[in-house]
Amino acid sequence: MAYQHRKILFDPILDNNPIILQVLGICSALAVTSKLSTTITMCIALTVVTALSNAAISVVRNHIPSSIRIIVQMTIISSLVIVADQFIKAYAFTISKELSVFVGLIITNCIVMGRAEAYAMKHPPLPSLLDGLGNGLGYSALLLVIGTIRELLGSGSLFGYPILLLERDGGWYVPNGLLLLPPSAFFLIGMIIWVVRSWKPAQVEEPEYRIHHAPRPEVAS
Amino acid sequence: MSAPEPESAVSAAPVESASRTLLVTFVVCLVCSVVVAGAAVLLRPIQESNQKADLIRNVIEVSGLLKEGLTEAQALKRIDARMIELATGDEVNGMDTDTFNIVKAGKDPAISTELTRREDVAGIRREPRYLPVYRIVGANGELKKLILPVYGYGLWSTMYGFLALEGDLRTVQGLRFYQHAETPGLGGEIDNPKWRAQWTGKVLFDENWKVQVEVTKVAIDSSTPDAQHQVDALAGATITSRGVENLLKFWLSDKGYGPYLSRLRHERS
Repeated sequence: MAYQHRKILFDPILDNNPIILQVLGICSALAVTSKLSTTITMCIALTVVTALSNAAISVVRNHIPSSIRIIVQMTIISSLVIVADQFIKAYAFTISKELSVFVGLIITNCIVMGRAEAYAMKHPPLPSLLDGLGNGLGYSALLLVIGTIRELLGSGSLFGYPILLLERDGGWYVPNGLLLLPPSAFFLIGMIIWVVRSWKPAQVEEPEYRIHHAPRPEVAS
Repeated sequence: MSAPEPESAVSAAPVESASRTLLVTFVVCLVCSVVVAGAAVLLRPIQESNQKADLIRNVIEVSGLLKEGLTEAQALKRIDARMIELATGDEVNGMDTDTFNIVKAGKDPAISTELTRREDVAGIRREPRYLPVYRIVGANGELKKLILPVYGYGLWSTMYGFLALEGDLRTVQGLRFYQHAETPGLGGEIDNPKWRAQWTGKVLFDENWKVQVEVTKVAIDSSTPDAQHQVDALAGATITSRGVENLLKFWLSDKGYGPYLSRLRHERS
């Protein structure tokens, strides 16, 4: 089987984005995107974990009995997440305090588990690594867009540096507090999905059912 | 995939057999635990020094010494850390302030006492028996500033911080939280420099050394004498603001630093 490495790596960014098309990993996308510094740390952590867990699971895929395969995947994924969390605590201490529980929650991120089950269990290590990396990048791309919008409009800054001069500091911009709250990320994700699906109609899902219009019965008068 | 299942290198038993399942489980667990334990052990020294540096940086910042033009290293030399026993207000020798962990001490039954519901104004359930305090002493040995660790429950989390008092032991030099999980943008604004600045110069005790402090939602009328005890609450964060007020009331009371503060007052007069 020939693998098109470039396609595996870049497809999940726009054409098969885990958030836009598959609508996975929404929870952390809501939680960590109020600031770019936390967003980017989360993106790196998730991308590394997805790539490495995909590669590791792919290496042992032929030895995993199917009866315990989910548990084995979870064990590998959670070990990697703990290691990532330890690294963040050691080398990005202030950011780790802000991310608090959300790095640990990568374990439950559907993207990691989904790629392990859907891809790594059936493909060799290199394509699996690239697939994990690509999906991590797809997640990151969307989070960075949301993080940029939320921090810029919610706090008037990017990476903590003031961009829009706030009214309370004598400027003109009144920050929109809604953008600092998780629901705003929900609205943004919804709008991005809408835009992408209007641009690429192939991503629109088939409706699960259609309302059937029965012909009106003739009433004898 | 080609039709025959690939021959296993690990064991002769087929992949789905019970013995094979146990073997795979064992090997996966062993490898994963080695990786996790290895990372935790190797990175622990860096993490601990991060935590210590972060704590002491907060003490320095809340002390206001940096505003007086000192560098961090100079400020560090001025700070004299002591352990005290809360109930008596006595200084305790032989306990290391650097390695003392407030979060752990507040949960450890060996060095903390349980608070009754009525006593527990700050919502912390247990109170450590010992805590570190940080003193800044002037050239003639007079106390210039006193920095006290304080903490209490907000909306979602226990907020850990430092309260810095002036040498008169009633005026606030600064209040700063270094660890909390309040809502970013609402309760999380307790980190906002503008809000923190409000605390500087506020007076926490009345004439008779009774605790008097209020985080209020009503506009503060600066012409009234009460204004020096009042701080504007955070917009959209009523419960966090109330938590800050409660924790100050708790730690300044006789249950908190009261005995130590009254001892310092007597020493001075």
